[in-house]
Amino acid sequence: MRKEFSASIEKIASAEPKVIFLTGDLGFMALENVQAAMGTRFINAGVSEQNLVSLAAGLASQGYTVLCYSIAPFAVFRPAEQIRIDVCLHNMNVKIIGNGGGYGYGIMGATHHAIEDIAVLSSFQNMKCYIPFCNEDVNEIVNVMMQRKGPSYLRMGFGIKPEGLALPAYSGVRKLKSGKKITIAGMGPVILNVFKAMEMDMDADIADIFVVSEMPLAEELPEDLLNSVERTGKLLVVEEHVSRGGLGENLSRLLLEKSAGCKLVHRFARGYPNGLYGSQAYHQKMCELDPAAICKIIKELSNE
Amino acid sequence: MSDIDKLRKIKTDCVQTLLGLYKRANAGHIGASLSCLDILVCLFFDRMKAEDKFILSKGHAAVALYTVLAKSGRIPESALESFYKDGTLLGAHPPCSRMLEGVTFGTGSLGHGLSLAAGIALSNRFSGIKFNVYCVLSDGDCNEGSTWEAALFAAHQKISNLIVIIDNNGLQGFGRSKDVLGLEPFAKKWESFNFEVVEASNGNDFNSLLDAFEKVENCDNGKPKCIIAKTVKGSGVSFMEDKMEWHYLPMSDDQYQKAVCESGDQNA
Repeated sequence: MRKEFSASIEKIASAEPKVIFLTGDLGFMALENVQAAMGTRFINAGVSEQNLVSLAAGLASQGYTVLCYSIAPFAVFRPAEQIRIDVCLHNMNVKIIGNGGGYGYGIMGATHHAIEDIAVLSSFQNMKCYIPFCNEDVNEIVNVMMQRKGPSYLRMGFGIKPEGLALPAYSGVRKLKSGKKITIAGMGPVILNVFKAMEMDMDADIADIFVVSEMPLAEELPEDLLNSVERTGKLLVVEEHVSRGGLGENLSRLLLEKSAGCKLVHRFARGYPNGLYGSQAYHQKMCELDPAAICKIIKELSNE
Repeated sequence: MSDIDKLRKIKTDCVQTLLGLYKRANAGHIGASLSCLDILVCLFFDRMKAEDKFILSKGHAAVALYTVLAKSGRIPESALESFYKDGTLLGAHPPCSRMLEGVTFGTGSLGHGLSLAAGIALSNRFSGIKFNVYCVLSDGDCNEGSTWEAALFAAHQKISNLIVIIDNNGLQGFGRSKDVLGLEPFAKKWESFNFEVVEASNGNDFNSLLDAFEKVENCDNGKPKCIIAKTVKGSGVSFMEDKMEWHYLPMSDDQYQKAVCESGDQNA
């Protein structure tokens, strides 16, 4: 998604002179075009994420829209207090850009993963988290994020849109596919593993599939999601994020408040259960978030 | 009346207001406010122009700030009556709501102010608007790694409209700075970070402070500036001076009367 992101920002940079881009010394082979397009408005602030974020808040207080770029764990956790106070409590127009959400940096290990980012940031005042699910999703989400005044977080990863899938009009929750027996809701590129699972010896119309691209969820859930859950009575939530403070918990509360009871199966990032590292696909497998495990649980649920 | 006498008179009025606020609220942080009050009076009544900005990184000295904001007409005097009460903008630390005139950023967690000030100061590079940003730090602020990140950045970017004033009273949360996390050689540290550094030998004296401001503000070498002001915690109230406990304690009735008396006499 980095390519799509930098292409979007390059366009915005030319059109919007009040946009400033800060990086925490990352962006090799990804941000060179943004740097060229923005000139002096592109600042490499060095490996100092706390300063980076408060600096951004200071600039934003003078009327600028400021993007803070790093890889997701560094963008979020080191400067968490600066994001909480200087950006969120002051409702500053600062955009935290984190590349490689979830287990995106795979074999780089736990220091480079971000599986608690949404829990942390979506609990902050005024913060809106944006989570594209495929590369083609990035441009529109970046535009939505930049048009919204206030603190935002963009959690990027990597995902290729399934062939033949038409992107529906953008909203925080979108229905990607219609089906009959179960409801599936997912956040981020891991939803693509659901599409891969659907290709494994399964009825094509077995599930309604929704993708959530904004967290926290709006307090009013979309009608099509509510109707789907009520009709199927079975909900599978998939997210490359810990269970606490993620999509599963957020969605469960909202459904309970609507008395929309259903059987819930939640597949989420379990951390490092065996203490070992591997590729993103390896970690997904350890968490039963891989296509085969998702296929298995869809079949089990639909046969109940 | 000379300029210094005017500042002294303002300071005396501010101390009386400040003590009254703390007494009515039965609140602590008195020592921290008295420590930096001279610096704030100097800034708000002598150095700062209308377009200049101010960040109080040591947010626990909020009452010193509220007092000078009211005295300088930035907020109505009547606003002070709500200090520490339910539903106030004037809590123990400056508010984050952006609803209090003169407070761009709420503070209270140390180590944020210098980065915020650097960001505000840097904005003039894009806007072309000329102004200075003054930022008051505490000793404790200089324990925080983020302060030194900001110092590296400000010097690297040659943010010359940034003026840091360190309220160097030598006491912090649970001990003397030299015993907790020594800062010396303090001036050399800031110099080595490429700041233009001036030491004010008495940060509770207007002559010393104004002299330091003259020196740094007349310096045109592109560096950010740092005034290390040697101050006394609880300055002006004998039983509070250089006592760590006055970071926390509220005043008894007798202590309040004595403090009012002493601070009034001192600057009369």
